[in-house]
Amino acid sequence: MNFAATSVRSSQMKPLKAETLPIQSSSDVVLARQKVRQWAAEMKFNLVDQTKLVTAASELARNTLDHGRGGHMTIEMLENLGRSGLRLVFEDHGPGIPDINAALRDGFTTGGGMGLGLGGSKRLVNDFEIQSTVGQGTRVAVIRWK
Amino acid sequence: MERIPILRMGSFLLVTIQVDMHDRLALQLQDDLTQKIAETGAIGVLIDISTLEIVDSFIGRMLANIAAMARVLDAETVVVGMQPAVAITLVELGMSLEGVRTALNVESGMELLYELRGNFRPELTDEAVEG
Amino acid sequence: MSKLPELVRKHERDLQAGWLQHMPASVRRSDLIKDAELQSQTRDFLGALVEGVRSGFLTDLDAPAWEKARELMRSISASRAVQGFTPSETAAFVLALKQPLFHIIRKELAANPDELFQEIWNATLLLDQIAMFTTEAYAASREQLIKRQQEELMELSTPVVKLWEGIVALPIIGTLDSARTQVVMESLLQTVVQTNSRFAIIDITGVPTVDTLVAQHLLKTITAARLMGAECIISGVRPQIAQTIVHLGIDLAQVITKAKLSDALALCLQKSGRTVVRTATRKTHAEAANGKGE
Repeated sequence: MNFAATSVRSSQMKPLKAETLPIQSSSDVVLARQKVRQWAAEMKFNLVDQTKLVTAASELARNTLDHGRGGHMTIEMLENLGRSGLRLVFEDHGPGIPDINAALRDGFTTGGGMGLGLGGSKRLVNDFEIQSTVGQGTRVAVIRWK
Repeated sequence: MERIPILRMGSFLLVTIQVDMHDRLALQLQDDLTQKIAETGAIGVLIDISTLEIVDSFIGRMLANIAAMARVLDAETVVVGMQPAVAITLVELGMSLEGVRTALNVESGMELLYELRGNFRPELTDEAVEG
Repeated sequence: MSKLPELVRKHERDLQAGWLQHMPASVRRSDLIKDAELQSQTRDFLGALVEGVRSGFLTDLDAPAWEKARELMRSISASRAVQGFTPSETAAFVLALKQPLFHIIRKELAANPDELFQEIWNATLLLDQIAMFTTEAYAASREQLIKRQQEELMELSTPVVKLWEGIVALPIIGTLDSARTQVVMESLLQTVVQTNSRFAIIDITGVPTVDTLVAQHLLKTITAARLMGAECIISGVRPQIAQTIVHLGIDLAQVITKAKLSDALALCLQKSGRTVVRTATRKTHAEAANGKGE
């Protein structure tokens, strides 16, 4: 039986504000991007950090749609030990990822490499957590701290 | 359905991407451009992304694809105006967009196309080419 | 139930006076802090102390009733840190309250030795806790200050210089770690956009070692610049660095590297279609003198 789950770090912080959006179409991916941008700007993240987080959101939202066959994204404003952060959680009930470590290793090159871009997204955020079970689905949680 | 307009400037085509593109729109642009290059015999394509605040791997691949397809049709592609934050993020993502020429802005992009394709002077008549 | 709350409240004025009086000069540091500020800090502290002590929680500083005192100590520590007090001096500020407080307790409870001892014990425990909290708050604010200064230093130490129209140079002094690379990249790329520069010379004369990681950081910067339409040239590559790069198998095939900044500048000028021409021949003094003397 194929089973793989990797947890980089667990976060159990209560969010100050949270919202959940559906990811069922490519326009939902755009809406998700815009929502992340809006919240990141509100929290006054600097421009490069905003760009990184919104781009990561785009990658992961697309994965949820294309690979996970649709799901949702939950966006949360966090406060921990004096610093604030933005957490994004992507969940789907798709086929799951058989080999997470391989998926994380997948890098992108121009044009080629149709990987899931998980490795790239991981580099764009501070905390990255992924759980996936074949046949059941995938959950990716990322946090960008100010 | 909305499409991104492609402007014709002499023997070059100019595309200005200003909207937050969803995937279908991006694919449509790829198709439209390839079509226009073939139709008009354009020898250069300038893609202005100076107002694009997000370029993810999908858009990155789109740009690379456009450059590759244009080359098959004997046209050079130059992507201009990438914002610093976008460049930093793309590099972190692991995309280097090799094979895609770049320039700081439309003006330098035109200069580069001129350098690459020799004795073509872009006429200043802008005919909007609807897809 | 402790008698401390009443005692402190009843003798607030005397306590403040006693406190200020008994503060050793080493703690008072009138060279670092003005009297008026000290007056208001001691007064505020006593007020917060009363509030905390009234709640009955004498040893648990985490209780909500102590929030005001904690906030106050945090801000006092922070300002002490900036003013240049040592952590001990900051803690001693709190501990100097012991003597006047014990004095009051002894005066009021002289009749009952057991109660006297208990309250002195309560008071000493409490002030020790507060002093420890103060020391920790001091350390935390020092770290914040250092971090801020480090960031400022990083920004200052990576200035981007315009060498010519369309050519900028970035001399890097010191080690290039990933945090620094971020600052360097942002700084360089912003300047490239603002000055419309097609060429950027990154001079690494001041970078002590170039290993695989540093090379990666440099490559990231170069790739980002290229994505924007600017070309990077690395200059200041010392012979030892060249050896290290080959040794480590680092592939810099895509990057132009030069030993000297001047060579890099010459290359950029050439690439941007420019030549430097000498406009007038200058006779040496000797030649001129010979000519005249003849």
